[in-house]
Amino acid sequence: MAVVFDKTKGLTDKPFHYCPGCTHGIIHRLVAEVLEELDLVDNAIGVAPVGCAVFCYDYFNCDMHEAAHGRAPAVASGVKRVHPDKTVFTYQGDGDLASIGAAEIIHSAMRGEKFTTIFVNNAIYGMTGGQMAPTTLVGQKATTAPLGRDENHAGMPLRVSEMLATIPKAVFVERVSVHDVKHINQAKKAIKKAFQTQMEGKGFSIVEVLSTCPTNWGKTPVESLKWLQENMMPYFPLGNFRTPEEEK
Amino acid sequence: MAKELWKGNEAIAEAAIKAGCRYFFGYPITPQNEIPEYMSLRLPQEGGVFLQAESEVAAINMVYGGAGSGARVMTSSSSPGISLKAEGISYIAGAELPCVIVNIVRGGPGLGGIQPAQSDYYQATKGGGHGDYRLIVIAPSSVQEAVDLTQEAFDMADQYRIPVMIMGDGMIGQMMEPVEFKPVAKRVLPEKTWATTGTGGKRKPNVINSLFIDPQECENHNIKLFKKYDEITANETRVENYNVEGAEIVFVAYGTTARIVKNAINTLAKEGIKAGMIRPITLWPFPTAAVEAAADQASVKAFLTVEMSMGQMIDDVKIAANGKKPVHFYGRTGGMIPTPAAIVEHAKKVLGGAK
Ligand SMILES: Cc1ncc(C[n+]2csc(CCOP(=O)(O)OP(=O)(O)O)c2C)c(N)n1
Ligand code: SF4
Ligand SMILES: [Mg+2]
Repeated sequence: MAVVFDKTKGLTDKPFHYCPGCTHGIIHRLVAEVLEELDLVDNAIGVAPVGCAVFCYDYFNCDMHEAAHGRAPAVASGVKRVHPDKTVFTYQGDGDLASIGAAEIIHSAMRGEKFTTIFVNNAIYGMTGGQMAPTTLVGQKATTAPLGRDENHAGMPLRVSEMLATIPKAVFVERVSVHDVKHINQAKKAIKKAFQTQMEGKGFSIVEVLSTCPTNWGKTPVESLKWLQENMMPYFPLGNFRTPEEEK
Repeated sequence: MAKELWKGNEAIAEAAIKAGCRYFFGYPITPQNEIPEYMSLRLPQEGGVFLQAESEVAAINMVYGGAGSGARVMTSSSSPGISLKAEGISYIAGAELPCVIVNIVRGGPGLGGIQPAQSDYYQATKGGGHGDYRLIVIAPSSVQEAVDLTQEAFDMADQYRIPVMIMGDGMIGQMMEPVEFKPVAKRVLPEKTWATTGTGGKRKPNVINSLFIDPQECENHNIKLFKKYDEITANETRVENYNVEGAEIVFVAYGTTARIVKNAINTLAKEGIKAGMIRPITLWPFPTAAVEAAADQASVKAFLTVEMSMGQMIDDVKIAANGKKPVHFYGRTGGMIPTPAAIVEHAKKVLGGAK
């Protein structure tokens, strides 16, 4: 019998623990497929966040570190300085990267650390039960913003890709989404480019992936995909913000 | 090798390099700046990496990444910076990674001051970060001892997969003393088969982790850690006994304070008062047995703990003395240094009261 579909070797056989309809799983697969296609699975060392993706150290089929909340970029810096020839990546949520770990990501980018960050922006703290994130949209309800985020009280959501794109050594910065097949394919291309940028030793690379959290958004998986398009994409526009070629 | 004059901080840095440390991550803070400064020049010469982190929080997490990757890694700081490292130290202890952390202690709390102190004893030996964990804590009292023990610290860390803290104070860090760099006694060290180096397709992935979501697994992990801590207590406790035999009063002091106490002991001897000292070299594991033995000694009337703090190590002395003999305290803090004369006077007061 002909094999028509095979799971990527970049993932272990461990079943994901994610909620039904959560797009963390799709993003895992894209990262793992890219590692396999670039023949980097055996060479890779990943760093897991604290957030819903904490157990990704059991899912990615490569050496992994589990970091403290927000510290993955510092851990990855330490790993990459010891193993400059290895492929190092962090996988982080928006609370992890844009709130508690804001300093770590900015300074890793500033130093041009040669690792790749996969930044999963779902505009909420998924793991702890739906509290407000720095990326929560104005008016969006969260368990710590029961009436919706008020910009006069909590400020405006942070646009991480735009901010990091101002840093000279953040050489690859792109925001993508995984709400439909077309965008999933584009997301994979960006992730591949990010890892290639790293392996060419050009500097820091990051792909921000807009992602859903049906559980804490209080929506069905299908409604969530629609909500992402209609609410997140206008505030967090997709696109490439930096490529190494621009440097020339 | 002939003796050379070295400043404490630089000597500690060179000792680390001689021990094979090739990665240093740190953030500036007085009075330990000579360590990162020295490393920034010397490590690249040895093919290593010095990196100035954005904060102590980042620095200790870089240590986590580097140590998990199998390298010999060090960081150094002083009190306020060690507070920031506490989170990372807890993770490193939980994930059982070897590394060396230097704390050149200054006065506290808060921003405190920049002069020598010993007020981080609790933080170093009783926690600092969250959870049930221990560090090996080494307190050198001379630059030579700092050099010897820093070299050995890397082997201890690798042997037991545990963070080792070198606890100095501003005096150790800043003073210059003659030093000889000697090779340390060889230990049989386990292979780092657990390190993340890329699987190379040859083995199952390695995971550096301190998360055990199942409570039974988490308890098992703690029990495993404490078996290791028992082994360390049995094998690695270090102490210097000075004139304890026949002493009427036994001082307990560590680090540079112990040197001042030695002065006081000699003065007391001239006045016909027999005094001795127990000097813990490892603060954890604490030399409980040495204090117990002194407490059982008929000549001993009292203990006098001397610290550059409001009294922290005294708790461990009291636990070890177990009510058999009274335990008194004399200390200066905030960067103030006890004088031999004040210590002598206090000892006489204690003995007067004990008669
Ligand atoms: C120091 C610390 N503070 C708080 C927490 C609790 N905590 C765990 S996950 C999390 C937020 C995760 O949100 P995000 O990074 O957006 O990831 P998501 O779950 O949404 O994928 C928080 C606050 C923690 N583990 N450690
Ligand atoms: S809580 Fe949200 S982010 Fe976490 S697994 Fe469930 S849907 Fe995904
Ligand atoms: Mg989130």
